[in-house]
Amino acid sequence: MKAMVYRGPYRVRVEEKPEPRIEHPNDAVVRVELAAICGSDLHLYHGMMPDTRVGSTFGHEFIGVVHEVGPSVRNLRVGDRVMVPFNVFCGSCYFCARGLYSNCHNVNPNATAVGGIYGYSHTCGGYDGGQAELVRVPFADVGPTKIPDWMDREDAVLLTDALATGYFGAQLAEIAEGDTVVVLGAGPVGLYAARSAWLMGAGRVIVVDHLDDRLEKARTFAHAETINFAEHRDVVVELKRTTDFLGADSVIDAVGAEADGNLLQHVTAAKLKLQGGSPIALNWAIDGVRKGGTVSVMGAYGPMFSAVKFGDALNKGLTLRMNQCPVKRQWPRLFEHVRAGHLKPSDIVTHRIPLEHIGEAYHLFSAKLDGCIKPLIVTDAA
Amino acid sequence: MTTPYTAPRPPMRETAEELRARIPGWGVDLDPADRPSYPRERYAPEETGAHWTLPEPQDGDPSRERSIEHSMLPPVYGTSCPTKGLSGVVRRYSYARFSEGRAAHWLLLLAADRIDVAESVLRSFATTRPDNPLTQTGLRAELTGHGLSSRRGRVDARHHVVDPVVVAGPWVLAGWAGWRAARRLRRALGR
Repeated sequence: MKAMVYRGPYRVRVEEKPEPRIEHPNDAVVRVELAAICGSDLHLYHGMMPDTRVGSTFGHEFIGVVHEVGPSVRNLRVGDRVMVPFNVFCGSCYFCARGLYSNCHNVNPNATAVGGIYGYSHTCGGYDGGQAELVRVPFADVGPTKIPDWMDREDAVLLTDALATGYFGAQLAEIAEGDTVVVLGAGPVGLYAARSAWLMGAGRVIVVDHLDDRLEKARTFAHAETINFAEHRDVVVELKRTTDFLGADSVIDAVGAEADGNLLQHVTAAKLKLQGGSPIALNWAIDGVRKGGTVSVMGAYGPMFSAVKFGDALNKGLTLRMNQCPVKRQWPRLFEHVRAGHLKPSDIVTHRIPLEHIGEAYHLFSAKLDGCIKPLIVTDAA
Repeated sequence: MTTPYTAPRPPMRETAEELRARIPGWGVDLDPADRPSYPRERYAPEETGAHWTLPEPQDGDPSRERSIEHSMLPPVYGTSCPTKGLSGVVRRYSYARFSEGRAAHWLLLLAADRIDVAESVLRSFATTRPDNPLTQTGLRAELTGHGLSSRRGRVDARHHVVDPVVVAGPWVLAGWAGWRAARRLRRALGR
């Protein structure tokens, strides 16, 4: 089968790989129809995530058709069209039993601090991902869901991570009616978090980024006010100024490990890999939120240390909330919102690229060329 | 203008009615207790679809590397890219010796990643499809994706100059080292 393959930092290509096989009785093999590149895939692509092996296939956002099932699979049949949450999870461990699907203890030998994620390095379990024609899906009775007939396929693939994560981020921000919510980062997760903040009753939503086309999308798609941090000498002061010098009630970090805005932090983390992530957005969140407020972290960071301003978080009495999103827990409500028209995730898709052009797709998204906000990878045209 | 620090919360700029009229779905998830992730931990194993109390182990390699913070090899795991070569030795040492709490664990894994890249590049030269940094970096997108105009005025453009160094640097260094080694070998043979 054809699959995207990592060859080293900033280098990927399409290769012929052996087809995945059933390795566990509750496995399925899914023929991928549509996949996406996530902003967090860029951390792998840039060589930031420890134990990212040459030859591995990325991609944790994908939908497809069930191609083969293991002998214990009850809920799926060959031919079913399914959407697959980015979490690999067993459904029966201490954490899954309590709804913490992203923290499953039974699927990742390589680390206990993170669960299993498709195509996200051996630190996240060593699973190949869905930027391929076929992918192994463990625990087929637990993770995948049949795509409803009424659902658009692009909406479905965006529900497997980006929309669910943005919505989850808004929940962790503990929004009350009338709250001022700042979202750092106008990428897909930030846009969805901003849009979701309104559903939870926010009174103001302010999105911060430095890319004009993304800020425009924040205004039109997410109905948000925007701040271009490059236009301000100190964005924290601007956040204070626009919130009566109190700070926002909550701030959502939707940027993560490769944040721009401070050359030293960016280069030491994103380029020299001396930090687990560049905590610029996280530090702005800590400094920009009001005392007693809440910081929700949806941006992905690596497992190493980062230079976080923890003293300010302590002195301000902040609540810091974060996790990888337990996607399937969000789905019933998000299905309602998509069906009701409250959320239209595919409105932010900017590029649809065949699997054969995976190198160009990664470069385009990584360098943020051509107004790229969300690229989809079309595998069924391959 | 100075803002006095008083007790009342600043008034909402728009009323709930105005927001509801302007934004589809405003406030439909207003009740925090009626949001999908509330409460954070909700014991409901019957909802997951699992029809086992303990998953049976997959077919596989019982010697697979694992974190020493695990009591055992978990029943299910990815089988992409098993450890091999010198990078595999470093990775296995890192997993066997250091917990996830130790920087040495992650730094060794990052070092192994770079060794893996070097080994893979060398290995690729023994195949019909050697690594090609020009095609694999997707540089063609600079032409099709308006590389220059897309970067105009952007604050991150100043570190974009670092990216080619990161990508091309190891190739240049390896080429230089190879050339030096070949020259030294030639001189040694010529003596």
